[in-house]
Order: sequence, then structure tokens, then C-alpha cells
Amino acid sequence: MHKILSKRKLSPNVTRLDVLAERIAAIRLPGQFVIVRRGEGAERIPLTIADSDAKAGSIALVIQAVGKSTRELVALEEGESIQDISGPLGRPTELIESGHALCVGGGVGTAVVHPIAQGLFRRGVRVTSVIGGRSKEWVIFEEELRRLGEVVVCTDDGSYGRKGFVTDAVKDLLAAGGVDVVYAIGPVPMMRAVAELTRPASLHTSVSLNPVMVDGTGMCGGCRVSIGGETKFACVDGPEFDGHQVDFDLLADRLSIYRPQEQKSLARHGEACLIGLEKPKGA
Amino acid sequence: MLFFRREGTITLSNKITAKERLQINRQRMPEQDATARAANFQEVNLGFGEQLAMLEAQRCLQCREAKCIAGCPVMVDIPRFINYVAEGNFAAAAENLLRDNALPAVTGRVCPQETQCEARCVRGQKGAPVAIGYLERFVADWARHNEGSIVTTHAPRMGRKIAIVGSGPAGLTAAGELVRVGHSVTIYEALHKPGGVLVYGIPEFRLPKKIVHDEVQRLKKTGVKIECNVIIGRTYTLQDLRQRFDAVFIANGAGLPVFMNVPGENLKGVYSANEYLTRVNLMEAYDFPKTDTPVLAGRRVATIGGGNVAMDAARTAKRVGAEQSSIGYRRTRAEMPARAEEIHHAEQEGIAFEFLVAPLEVLGNAQRWVTGLKCRRMRLGEPDESGRRSPVPIPGSEFVIECDLVIVAIGSRANPLLTATCPELKLNKWGNIEVDASGMTSLPGVFAGGDIVRGAATVILAMGDGKRAARTIDVYLKRG
Ligand SMILES: Cc1cc2nc3c(=O)[nH]c(=O)nc-3n(C[C@H](O)[C@H](O)[C@H](O)COP(=O)(O)OP(=O)(O)OC[C@H]3O[C@@H](n4cnc5c(N)ncnc54)[C@H](O)[C@@H]3O)c2cc1C
Ligand SMILES: Cc1cc2nc3c(=O)[nH]c(=O)nc-3n(C[C@H](O)[C@H](O)[C@H](O)COP(=O)(O)OP(=O)(O)OC[C@H]3O[C@@H](n4cnc5c(N)ncnc54)[C@H](O)[C@@H]3O)c2cc1C
Ligand code: FES
Repeated sequence: MHKILSKRKLSPNVTRLDVLAERIAAIRLPGQFVIVRRGEGAERIPLTIADSDAKAGSIALVIQAVGKSTRELVALEEGESIQDISGPLGRPTELIESGHALCVGGGVGTAVVHPIAQGLFRRGVRVTSVIGGRSKEWVIFEEELRRLGEVVVCTDDGSYGRKGFVTDAVKDLLAAGGVDVVYAIGPVPMMRAVAELTRPASLHTSVSLNPVMVDGTGMCGGCRVSIGGETKFACVDGPEFDGHQVDFDLLADRLSIYRPQEQKSLARHGEACLIGLEKPKGA
Repeated sequence: MLFFRREGTITLSNKITAKERLQINRQRMPEQDATARAANFQEVNLGFGEQLAMLEAQRCLQCREAKCIAGCPVMVDIPRFINYVAEGNFAAAAENLLRDNALPAVTGRVCPQETQCEARCVRGQKGAPVAIGYLERFVADWARHNEGSIVTTHAPRMGRKIAIVGSGPAGLTAAGELVRVGHSVTIYEALHKPGGVLVYGIPEFRLPKKIVHDEVQRLKKTGVKIECNVIIGRTYTLQDLRQRFDAVFIANGAGLPVFMNVPGENLKGVYSANEYLTRVNLMEAYDFPKTDTPVLAGRRVATIGGGNVAMDAARTAKRVGAEQSSIGYRRTRAEMPARAEEIHHAEQEGIAFEFLVAPLEVLGNAQRWVTGLKCRRMRLGEPDESGRRSPVPIPGSEFVIECDLVIVAIGSRANPLLTATCPELKLNKWGNIEVDASGMTSLPGVFAGGDIVRGAATVILAMGDGKRAARTIDVYLKRG
């Protein structure tokens, strides 16, 4: 059982939960994730460790409510508990030793990029973050990232920061030169676009892949992705890979496998909430 | 009147003559009707009642040199417990059985008896062997329902601490043996539920999860600590465990799925058997959307492989709702490594078998969903050095099995998650941990057993390893 120490809404559909998980808080490294199972009957879902507080023994989960499992997680309140959290999983990010890193975060990916920026900053690497959202209220982790370096904020509607997609800002920063590495995390189209921007100059671009997972230990192969034509298991070989080698089509395609089932599950969740019959299990 | 004497410890007089014994036919296992059960997840075999069990037990000739015992990887004193069953003394049967085998309710259901104990039974030479597996299951189930009547003794705690990695049959058996002699045991399990393959792989209709759950509870009551969601190699390293414990037993199984390595394998609708069975068993996808984890049901499901895993996947597919479920295997029925009973049950449930076929490519449509499996026919070639006849492709024999789901059940290998974080641990060329005759690895105080050492093997061999490791760990700790 992992108690929720605090809960904060960061944007209309993104919530931060700080959850007790002492061991993981003590040893997690940038780029690693956990597998979370809310309670009996619930799914196992992967979530990045966005931050940790070793003293409090807590880790931060930043969750975008997209389907049943994520909605039920963010419906939990402070003081309630999550039944199972396992980790830290995945290979830690390969952090450069010195130089200038561009950290690009789209949507909830901004929270995923945060620990990487943190790791780089602690090594003395210069960090420039480019983060984005639909409009001002969708921008998350700006303050945290500002502590680590320069931040360029982009909004689709121009309600805050620069108007346009993060890729526009990335293009300009790349043109200005001096960037040694790019870490890009966000929706598949965004990661693909950033990788295309850096491909001509062969600028190393690390992306974090988010296929559907079950165990997170390399036991099932459900998370397979194709990297440079070779099949890899994202949970143990990744989740971060060289963006120039990733088959993004395959990733997007495999993410759609359960769409009809997800809708069914969500509909059921919706009904249960409406008639107030079913409190999420484990809550 | 006959007298039977073995090991000089029991002398029994029985009311029935050898001739009468020989006249009793092997009793059939009562089972759920094949059509009904292919649509539910309840156990297929229903188990012997007391009368049936006593009758079957009387078939045992109580051989002085019981060959069946040598056929059992953990050397259960089979004639002894069967004799108690014949007498109707089930408590004594249970006490004796449990002394030799920590998980009889499991092995009575999943052991390949036909190649082990029952293969050696003299009654099998002329007719059917004694149904040792069914009797074992009967006694184990009786014991589960009459827990209070069985005496188990425990040595006082000695203060030595042992860590066990993995809660499959190897880990659970070792834990049971080690607490029995007074050691403190903590099991670390990567998943959220203990049991290993017994809970995530083997389906409910063959091994009800309640049985595994009860065994785990029994172990916990004896003082075994089980910590789930702990991945050794991630949450803690082997080095951490070596520092905190006096000995470590690695029993993390063979949890790495092998894929076919053919084009189209990443299409939507291709599962490893591990993923498919984990979704259905551990994550209870058969109850979706009441539970949250989905699984693709498939209308026409093709499973590739010939072992228990393939049988389980194909039979599960039928239960999840497939209209057609078939198994493709590259040799013939005779070479299939699955338990005879599973093959038989699969046939009864309407699973179609294609023998002597090998997959070439998974075919898909424009949306990248599976539409078929292109295969090639094989024939059995000349025997190789090991005496096995390997399949040889027949040129020009390509054909397509139309299907919308492909389940790959061609084996599993050692998962490198733990071993990769501990380079000092000696592995063989397949990545399995090497151990000496006592079960110790290249690291002092670190032992290993079960599938991580043997490659994908059996429950009883894993248990045998657990038992042996417990014994050597005990000696090792008393010496050290
Ligand atoms: C290594 C890793 C780290 C992740 N970290 C985070 C994180 O820090 N915060 C966060 O909010 N999410 C993260 N995700 C994604 C998260 O796991 C999924 O959003 C979640 O599993 C969806 O479950 P659901 O039942 O709520 O939605 P579902 O009902 O399963 O899906 C709803 C919608 O989300 C899409 N979806 C399903 N699974 C995923 C997935 N794995 N990734 C992206 N989209 C998906 C579906 O296609 C569908 O459109 C991570 C995924 C991985 C693999
Ligand atoms: C579908 C299926 C059907 C089968 N049917 C039969 C049958 O009918 N009869 C038979 O005799 N055998 C059968 N087998 C084989 C049998 O189940 C295995 O040989 C046996 O379970 C091996 O036991 P084990 O204890 O070595 O490992 P496992 O049962 O694999 O258990 C290993 C455990 O370790 C955990 N683990 C792995 N890595 C770590 C880590 N790094 N840290 C912590 N924990 C970890 C795993 O999650 C797992 O719970 C079947 C196997 C499968 C997959
Ligand atoms: S999630 Fe099962 S292998 Fe990666």
C-alpha cells in the first residue's frame, strides 16, 4: 500500500500525486518509471517517476487522465492509497557529461522530461527546456524547469509564451547552434517531428517510448518496439531510444490495439461515476 | 492374506488379494463435459471422491522395490501414501505425502506423470498404471479441506536469514523447507501476486488459483515473509541481498518469451503466450470489462508450439470466445512435449491440430491487423546424434492458416534482468545460471534452481531444486 501524501491538479487533465514509495524514492534515476496497480481488478500501468523526495520517501507521479485507469488514479484523494507500485523500471537516461542539452516536453511529457533536466543540471550541463501545451492552463512544470535553466514556453493559441508548436521553437534553437543533445518526450507525432528536425545534422535525439505494458520486466513482450529494424522490449531495453532509429508508425499503430476495449472500459467507468454505484476499486 | 514389506518400517495386512487387485481397472477422472467447459474457466478435472480413490489405491501392488519412487524427481514414497488411501486413513496419507512434497495439490494436477512415476508403474506393463497423479491430487485436496488434522512440526528459529528471489514453485518449496528447519525467509517477487507461472501462466481450468493462494497463505502462517512488487536487479541488487542476508536462493524462472523471428511478428494480433496468458490469468482479462485489463479475443486463433504452454493458450482462446482455435506444431503428435492429458483435453474441446508445420510469416491487412499465418509443411528427417528426428521443410508446401490472432508458444528463456546486473554470476551460453552439484552458483552463499538454471522445465523439477537448495543452504549456514 502506498499512501498519497499530496495531490495537486496541474492542468485541466493532468494531476500530480506524491506517493509514499521509500525504496524507489531513494534509488530512482532520471528516465525510470514505475508500474502502478490501483487495487484489485485494476490494470498495471506504467508511469514515469517525475520527481522524488528521498527524505519524505515519496515519488511524484504526474498523470494525464486519458482512460479508465488514469482517471481512477487521479480520482484518489490525499490519504488514500495505491495498492501496488513496482520499480524503478527501465534503463536510466544516458545523461551527457557536459555541454548544452535541449529538453523538449509536450503535454504530460513535460513531467517526464523534468527528471532528465534535473539529472543534467546536477551534472553541470546547460539545460534549455522547450515546453508546450494547448493554451496557458495546459502548461505544466514550468516553474520546476526554470530552476534548472532557460525555459521556452509555447502554446498553440498564443495565450502564453510563444505561439505555435514546440517544434517551431526547437527549430529556431537548433538554428542558433551550440546544442549537443536533444531529449524529446511527448505525444508520438511531436517526438517524430523533433527527430526529423535533428536528423539532417545527426544531432543525437533521445525519445521516450510509451507502448502498452503489462509486467515491465521483459516477461511478456507486449511492449515491443522496433529500433533500427530490430525488435526491442521498451520496458527493459528502454524506454528511451535513439529517435532517429525508432519506427514511430509501429509505435502509434500498436498503441491503438485496445481502442474499442478502452472505450468500453471508459464507458463503464462513466456510468459507474454517474450513478454513483461503484467507487473505484482500491479507493 | 498378503504381507507387504518395504524399508522394514510398515508391515501391512490387507483384506484383498493380489489377484483381486489386478482385476480392478484404472478409475476414470470425473471431468466437466467438454462442450460446457470450453466456455468456462472452471477446473476441467473434478477429482476423485473417497470411494473412487480407495478403489484406485487398491490397484497398487505395493512393490517391495517401488520403481515409481525412482520416477519421481522428488522421490515421494508413493506406495506408502497410496496404501493409507486404500485403508481410508487419509490423514496419514496426507502426512506422508506432505513430508515429501510441499505442493501436492499443484503437482497432482500439473506433473507429467505419464513420463515420470506412472511410466515406471509395473501395472502399466500390462494395462494401465496406477493413477498416481489423481491419487496425489485426492490426498492433497483432502488435506486442504482438513487442515487441522495434519501435524507439522517446526524447529525453533536460529536467526539466520535467507532471501529468495521469485515465488514460483522453486522459491515456495525452498521457503517451506527452510522455515521448517528454523531459518528466517523473505521471498521477493517482481509481480503483484506470488506463485510464479502457477498464477500468471497455468490457467484456472487446470490449476485453480485458490490452491496456489492457500499454499502461499500456509507458508506465510509458518513465518515466511513475501514482499511483492520487488524486482531484484532493479529495486534491490543481488549485492544488496548478499549484504543483508546470510544466503540467497535465486529462483526467478525463465520469464523471457521467445518469438518466431518471422516477418509480421509485430502486427496487431500477435501475442507471446506469456503476454496472452498473463493478461487472462494474472490480470483476469476474462472478466473484462469488470476488470480493467483487456485481451483480444480473436475469432480464429492460431497458436504455434507443442508444449503445455501452447495447449493452455489454445484452450484459453476457446474460453475467451474464439470460434476456432488451432495449434500448429513442427513435429508430430508423438513428439509433443505437452502432458498427455492436456493434449487429450484439447482435442476433446475441439482444438484443431496441424502437425509438421512451421511458421514463415504473419500476414496482415492495410490496418496492420493479423489476417493469417503463412506456414510451410515439414517432414521428419533422419535422427540426429541425440536420436531426435528433426523436422525438415518440404519445398513448395507453403499454405496459409487464416486467423486474426496468433499466439507464439515456442518457448521461453532466461530473463537477463537480474543476471545482467551481476556480472560475477556465472552463466551458460543460453544465459542460465550455472550451479554446482549442490545447487550453489559461482558466488559463495548464492544458490539457484528451477527454470533459471534448467531453462523452461517443469514444476516438480523446480520444486526438487528448491528442496535441494534448502538442504544445502542449511548445511552451508551451519558450517559457516
Ligand atoms: C514508460 C512509460 C511511462 C509513462 N509515463 C507516463 C506519465 O508519467 N504520465 C502519464 O500520464 N502517462 C504516462 N504513460 C502513459 C500511461 O501509461 C497511459 O496513459 C495509461 O496506461 C493509459 O491507461 P488508461 O486506462 O487510463 O487509458 P486507456 O483506456 O488504456 O487509453 C486511453 C487512450 O490513451 C492511449 N494510451 C493507452 N496506453 C497508452 C500509453 N502507454 N501511452 C500513451 N497513450 C496510451 C490509448 O491509445 C487511448 O487513446 C507512460 C507510458 C509508458 C510506457
Ligand atoms: C503456461 C505454462 C504452462 C505450464 N504447464 C506446466 C505443467 O502442466 N506441468 C509442469 O510441470 N510444468 C508446467 N510449466 C512449466 C512450469 O510452470 C515451470 O517449469 C515452473 O513454474 C518453474 O518454476 P520456477 O520456480 O523456477 O519459476 P517460475 O514459476 O517462473 O517463478 C519465477 C518467479 O520469479 C519472479 N521473478 C522473475 N524475475 C524476478 C526478479 N528479478 N526479482 C523478483 N522476482 C522475479 C517471477 O515473477 C515469478 O513469479 C508450464 C509453464 C507455463 C508458462
Ligand atoms: S511490459 Fe512485458 S515485456 Fe515489457
